[in-house]
Amino acid sequence: MIEVQNIHKSFGDNHVLRGIDATFEPGKISLIIGGSGSGKSTLLKCMVGLHRPEQGKVLYQNEDFTRMDFEARIPIRKEIGMLFQNSALFDSMTVEQNIIFPLEMFTDMSRKEKVDRANFCLERVNLAGSNKLYPAELSGGMKKRVGIARAISMSPKYLFVDEPNSGLDPETAIVIDELISELTEEYQCTTVVVTHDMNSVMGIGDHIIFLYKGKKWWEGSNKEIAHSDVEELNNFVFASPFMKAAKERF
Amino acid sequence: MFFTYFGQYLLLLKSVFRRPEKWRIYWKEIIHEMNEIGVGSLGLIAIISTFIGAVMTMQIAFQLVSDLIPTSVIGQINRDSSILELSPTITALVLAGKVGSSISSQIGSMRVTEQIDALEIMGINAPGYLVLPKILAGVTMIPVLVIMSIFLALLGGLVGGAISGAVTPADYISGITDGFIGYTVAVALVKAFVFGFIITSVSAFKGFYVRGGALEVGQASTRGVVISCIAILVADYIITALML
Repeated sequence: MIEVQNIHKSFGDNHVLRGIDATFEPGKISLIIGGSGSGKSTLLKCMVGLHRPEQGKVLYQNEDFTRMDFEARIPIRKEIGMLFQNSALFDSMTVEQNIIFPLEMFTDMSRKEKVDRANFCLERVNLAGSNKLYPAELSGGMKKRVGIARAISMSPKYLFVDEPNSGLDPETAIVIDELISELTEEYQCTTVVVTHDMNSVMGIGDHIIFLYKGKKWWEGSNKEIAHSDVEELNNFVFASPFMKAAKERF
Repeated sequence: MFFTYFGQYLLLLKSVFRRPEKWRIYWKEIIHEMNEIGVGSLGLIAIISTFIGAVMTMQIAFQLVSDLIPTSVIGQINRDSSILELSPTITALVLAGKVGSSISSQIGSMRVTEQIDALEIMGINAPGYLVLPKILAGVTMIPVLVIMSIFLALLGGLVGGAISGAVTPADYISGITDGFIGYTVAVALVKAFVFGFIITSVSAFKGFYVRGGALEVGQASTRGVVISCIAILVADYIITALML
């Protein structure tokens, strides 16, 4: 379980996060949604330790991650898997090397065991046989899937996903969403997804947090979102005339 | 401003020299970087050094037009200039452009495409993994390149002197062997070691903290080269003042 308590983060005069509190449960997918500049990605980066908040705590199983030094964070970091918006695959490495990399750094597995694990992860994301390809040879959807394969190579307890569907066609986006959902179930991991994609919100949003002007404005599930009377949330989720009409019919 | 950047540079170096997660993986990277920096620069340094040696011989001959000065002095002057100044400094300035810009842009691209963030999230010490192999490769391969450069500059001087008729090969060889002081080579190696450290660490620093996109990566790369060149010249002066 991850708990976020009273997180504040500024960049110069820009106060991006203004006291966020939230709890993220294992085995559930938590979606952080909100408009551009609302602080979604900043919150995610504070949670994984890429940004240090000025105030507040991020607790992993009640351990304060924000105040730990580099060495103390390593055991928790080994349990974190993350898929980046642009996949962030290492260009100089093949698909297989990308997946094996964390195993090489942190385990004493034999070469065969590592390759077997890479093959398993690739099969899991439906990319079996693409071991020797380089990231430059992959499509956007394939890069995302390799990113997921790398994220699960160490069997993570915490899975963070930043804009999984950006730049993908709707069909591939659904495949990625289903994959995240299946992996959360399979590994019983605490999954946190930052997204703009309303299909994801409606499809896999067990737990949704809506950020507005750096604050947690609304929290609920995908079943509750359609009935919400929070104006800012409705303006964000049902922004298009089509979605407005769909809500009225719902 | 200078102190802010210098402090940030020192903090990066502190992280760079943290204990590696696995030496075996770092060793592989060090070998790869030694190949990139050393073998990859061999041709360029060879051409530059040979021509500088040849040109130096002809220019020294042009300036020493006197029956009172033996032509073997041309070899002596060329030897000491090459060992003490030209080979270490010119090699370092050329490598600041070639190797430095490559390091800045490689690390900068990794920063803007979130690859460095990915390393950090995995629990890997990104400065150590990305920068340490480059620094170790730089401080070992640049002295090797400088030694090679000295040798080729002297050889270039021999060939250039013989072709132009400025000095006979026998006089030139007598000049480069007479009164040779081994300590000058030690000075050259100290310079090469320090220059290697400056080129790799400054360029890596500029790449590591880049923010933005492709444009900023290019700007960081240019700044890395400029700062490295200035730092090399300042270090050159300090080492010369301290050691000679």
